[in-house]
Amino acid sequence: MTLWLTALAAIVGRELLRFRYQTSRLVSAIVRPTLWLVVFSAGFQNVLGVSITPPYETYVTYDVYMLPGLIGMVLLFGGMQSSLSLVFDREAGILRLLLTAPVPRWYVLFAKLAASTVLSVVQAYVFLAMAALFRIDFPVLAPLTLLPALFAASFTLAALGLLLTVYVRRMESFAGTMNFVIFPAFFFSTALYPAWKVEESGATWILWVIRFNPFTYAVELLRFAVYGQVNVLAFAITAAVGLLSFALAARGYDPQKGMLGRKPRDEA
Amino acid sequence: MTPGARGVNEARPSVEIAALSKSYGRTRALDEVSFAVRPGGVTALLGLNGAGKTTLFQILTGLFVADAGRVRMFGVDFASAPTAALARLGVVFQQPVHDLDLTALQNLRFYAALHGLRGAAGRAAIEGALARFGIADLAPKKVRELSGGTRRKLEIARALVTTPDLLLLDEPSTGLDARSRADLARDVFALASERNIAVLWATHLVHEIEAARDVVVLHHGRVVFTGSPEDLVARTEARTLEEAFLAVVRGPAASDAAAT
Repeated sequence: MTLWLTALAAIVGRELLRFRYQTSRLVSAIVRPTLWLVVFSAGFQNVLGVSITPPYETYVTYDVYMLPGLIGMVLLFGGMQSSLSLVFDREAGILRLLLTAPVPRWYVLFAKLAASTVLSVVQAYVFLAMAALFRIDFPVLAPLTLLPALFAASFTLAALGLLLTVYVRRMESFAGTMNFVIFPAFFFSTALYPAWKVEESGATWILWVIRFNPFTYAVELLRFAVYGQVNVLAFAITAAVGLLSFALAARGYDPQKGMLGRKPRDEA
Repeated sequence: MTPGARGVNEARPSVEIAALSKSYGRTRALDEVSFAVRPGGVTALLGLNGAGKTTLFQILTGLFVADAGRVRMFGVDFASAPTAALARLGVVFQQPVHDLDLTALQNLRFYAALHGLRGAAGRAAIEGALARFGIADLAPKKVRELSGGTRRKLEIARALVTTPDLLLLDEPSTGLDARSRADLARDVFALASERNIAVLWATHLVHEIEAARDVVVLHHGRVVFTGSPEDLVARTEARTLEEAFLAVVRGPAASDAAAT
């Protein structure tokens, strides 16, 4: 048991160390959503009237509506960044050190996910502080009530990223894939506009994509958590998608069943 | 193996490889490979580039799974209990593996912790390994700033941090100069007998492993010779081990293997 905990601490600790050396990563992770929150929302403040739907009890301004979506964006980027770090580890050969450690393979992947989750949650809090600085309105207790939702959402988004690394093996292709994943995930969700707004516009197919997009549920989970509420459906879907992605990724990294054993020189 | 030759060791082999085969598509990387690695000495795995050495190492470390055959490590089937075997294993891969952005010390600490070593015991093991290779003063430097030779030494030091019972070295002298190569060979040979550990040393540079107790020659995925270096020289009527090795991989057995 000590071995497992020490190995977990080693993997998480290394990611934190690496993160400390990459200040640009934190800066871009915070600047990106802050621009949306401050600039984008200023432009659309009066265009997009947001009516009263749960969890909101009164009329809210657009920046308030956007906040959970942008926290989701921080977690989405965080999850993808961390899977990028796994692709990096594979190219640098460090993955071999991880996979030859005397712990089961799924546990190594779990530790990687834990590291990613911790990093994403930290970034989300920095962004939340930024939002407070720009006087975005949210309940005083939000940082506390958000915590479980932050962990659940970032675990799921990181697990999806991990699953991606099973199929996308090269660093260069991964950067491209990230754009294909992040932006559709973000736009086809309720991060920037509520689903009924899309429905009203008559774009039914977009509404369907939004409904099938796991990121939508991560955002809704966060949105309700800001106000101390639990959206049970959003939680159930987020948890299910997270666990399923993790299971599939673990299977993908299993040399008996997965893809790793098939390519001769890939690991060399 | 002729009785009475040096290194007769009745101890149970640390690794027993039986009829191991592995193909990539239509390429047969390993073809019914069988041999054993005994503790207390170095077993040299000789083979030209592409002989299947690295594939074999990937199977021995659990990174790949063989299509057929078995590996027993410390008397236990590797596939049934890989983590128990991995805990007693030290590996140096052919391609250098470091986190270049971390310091040498941070790299070693990371590895030690991955193997459950921390605190005072971990520190002592790391200091010991660094001192053994004379690189203790470079510990606070980022690996990116270290020379290729030092990085290599750091990798071997890392493999020793956990005091493994079996050391797998895949062309460990890559990137070392002549003197460092000689030092490395001397250190590893001494370690094997001092600590009674088993060492499997894959290389195509015959002079590095002249002092090996056992030699296994791998050619086109097949074992074409197992025995002592003296046996290899005697069998081929060569003057040196190097000549003997080349004779075996060019000889009739080799061309048979190449034809399959």
